[in-house]
Amino acid sequence: MAELATQLLNGLQYGLLLFLIASGLTLIFGVMGVINLAHGSLFMVGAYLAFWITSRGLPLWLALPAAILLGLGLGALLERFVFRRFYTREHLDQVLLTFALILLAEEARAALMGNDFHGVPVPPALDFSVPVTDAFHYSAYRLAVLAICLVVAAAMFLAIERTRLGAAVRAAAEKPEMVDLLGLDARRIHLVVFAAGTALAMLAGALAAPLYSVYPRMGDGWLIICFVVVVVGGVGSIKGAFWAALAIGVVDTLGKAYAPQVAGLAVYALMAGVLLWRPTGLFGARTA
Amino acid sequence: MGGSVITRRGLVAAAAGAAALAKPAIAQGAPLRIGLMLPYSGTFAALGENITAAFEMHLAERGNRLGGRPVQIIRLDDESNPATAVQNVMRLVQRDRAEVLVGTVHSGVAMAMVQVARDRGIPLFIPNAGVGAATGQLCAPNIFRSSFTNWQPSYAAGYWLGRQGVRRAAWMTWDYAAGAEAGQGFREGLEAAGGQVVRELKLPFPETNFQPLLAQIPGLGVEAVGAFFAGGGAIQFVREYAAAGLKDRFPLTGSGFLTEGTLAGQGAAAEGMKTTLHYGDRLDIPRNIAFRAAFRARTGREADVYAVQGYDAAQMLAIGMEAVRGDLSAEREWVRAIRTARIDSPRGPMTLSPSHNPIQPMYLREARGGENVVIGTVIEALADPGTGCRMSA
Repeated sequence: MAELATQLLNGLQYGLLLFLIASGLTLIFGVMGVINLAHGSLFMVGAYLAFWITSRGLPLWLALPAAILLGLGLGALLERFVFRRFYTREHLDQVLLTFALILLAEEARAALMGNDFHGVPVPPALDFSVPVTDAFHYSAYRLAVLAICLVVAAAMFLAIERTRLGAAVRAAAEKPEMVDLLGLDARRIHLVVFAAGTALAMLAGALAAPLYSVYPRMGDGWLIICFVVVVVGGVGSIKGAFWAALAIGVVDTLGKAYAPQVAGLAVYALMAGVLLWRPTGLFGARTA
Repeated sequence: MGGSVITRRGLVAAAAGAAALAKPAIAQGAPLRIGLMLPYSGTFAALGENITAAFEMHLAERGNRLGGRPVQIIRLDDESNPATAVQNVMRLVQRDRAEVLVGTVHSGVAMAMVQVARDRGIPLFIPNAGVGAATGQLCAPNIFRSSFTNWQPSYAAGYWLGRQGVRRAAWMTWDYAAGAEAGQGFREGLEAAGGQVVRELKLPFPETNFQPLLAQIPGLGVEAVGAFFAGGGAIQFVREYAAAGLKDRFPLTGSGFLTEGTLAGQGAAAEGMKTTLHYGDRLDIPRNIAFRAAFRARTGREADVYAVQGYDAAQMLAIGMEAVRGDLSAEREWVRAIRTARIDSPRGPMTLSPSHNPIQPMYLREARGGENVVIGTVIEALADPGTGCRMSA
């Protein structure tokens, strides 16, 4: 029992981090119709940012606001000068574009930071462990990441559900063709969504760095799982991404723990099951 | 991606003193061209530098002459990149006309060197890569290793645990070739000493989500855990293991690479950890003390296991060359000389197995204040079984 509780907590913690990455991915897909394969690279950039900051003797806490601010800036630049030209293009063009961005990000990472595998130290103030069951402890930092993810998720719900801009984003995600009819400023919505999505991915990377280390192509595995989250939750739905991320975090963790032979398949089986039951995903208004 | 760029550093370092020779050139006196293919950039650059420095140190101790021939070193940076490995070896062999190959750290790159060495019959000395096949299925008379197989240190770790009275242990590693070889060693060592591996916990390389695996350990009914990780992965793993509160209840051990060159990053999480390897800090034997002093004087750095392996590669080459007076065409003779030699290594006395891998001591080391201090000997002379090696002669 104690072990199951620990594994559920592991799944929750992993799922919440997945949510930070997948929320941006699902909005960008839902609002702009762009499949952004480079989203995993943005996660990697955030993680290497945390490594770079701590390797200079600066505290990790600096990396969190830095990841958000740089993420907003980088996202806005990417939207304004690159992605905006591709909204009306075919998905194949978008895939080629974002695949090129992955290659650019990896080459830049190799040139600036090298190809090494680096550990990132946990902040000294949180460098202790807390028992979560009789037999298993959690580092205080891991618990802090869990809490930060919950706070960010709550803030996102409020922003999406309770603000005018949030309502506009929801409208754009569910019925993109209605945006102009309603007199909304589509360009502004696109810019905000892309910048926020980038900032969230980079924040997730910075938070994850001390838990998972940083290494080349580290975003690839996360990206694939996040696409599963987007599809299961329903394209464009933040609520869907949240519950799907938690479900997939738990299923993946339990699979690795109790059925390692088929662990790689577990999340895809879940995805297939959900899509058979609800072809638009858990909370999706429309199909991908 | 970037794989096609070949950097080539430090061209030809003409052996000191070679120019002083006034004698007319005879075939025997022609320089012996030794191709060093090692990582001089990237993750393993420090390893490549220490191997090279110690290799050259031994040549210098012999007046930079082997079997009467002056030596000429040609360095090539392999970047630990398997994609360009064959191309790089061929460069050394064809353009630089290297007669002897030395390399390398990365097992994938080493396999390319093994392939070329087998095809062309060029002597190859492997100063690190632990891939079993190089002195297993792909063994050859002209291929020697001065380091270890992945099997060896892990066998010693399992054996030591069993001797401590551990009957049930778990094994954790990445799901890749080196991890499987190390896992086999650990299991066989533990079984030889009366214990058993009750569960293998593996995750895909190079994933670092250790939590789902670590959370299972308290429920397995094991007394200890063995593991194989190296470098950055070892730093993360050892830290997570301690953070999960497992370290004091389920002692963590394994091949010494779990704590080799990683103690600064692991900090308190590694303190007190016991691992097994063919070398360690403060190894108190005269040969080692002299070696370390000489290495420090020459380089200004402390020697490590990689330096020892580089030094012994040079010792092995020298033994072969002296036996045939520098005439590499007498393969049977120089191979026999190395195979039957008792090598006076800084790690302790060492001989070679029939498959040309060191039969060597395995030490127990304890992590203390940033050092892996040798606290005992687990096995005086451990040979890799060399499974799959068929070598006549």
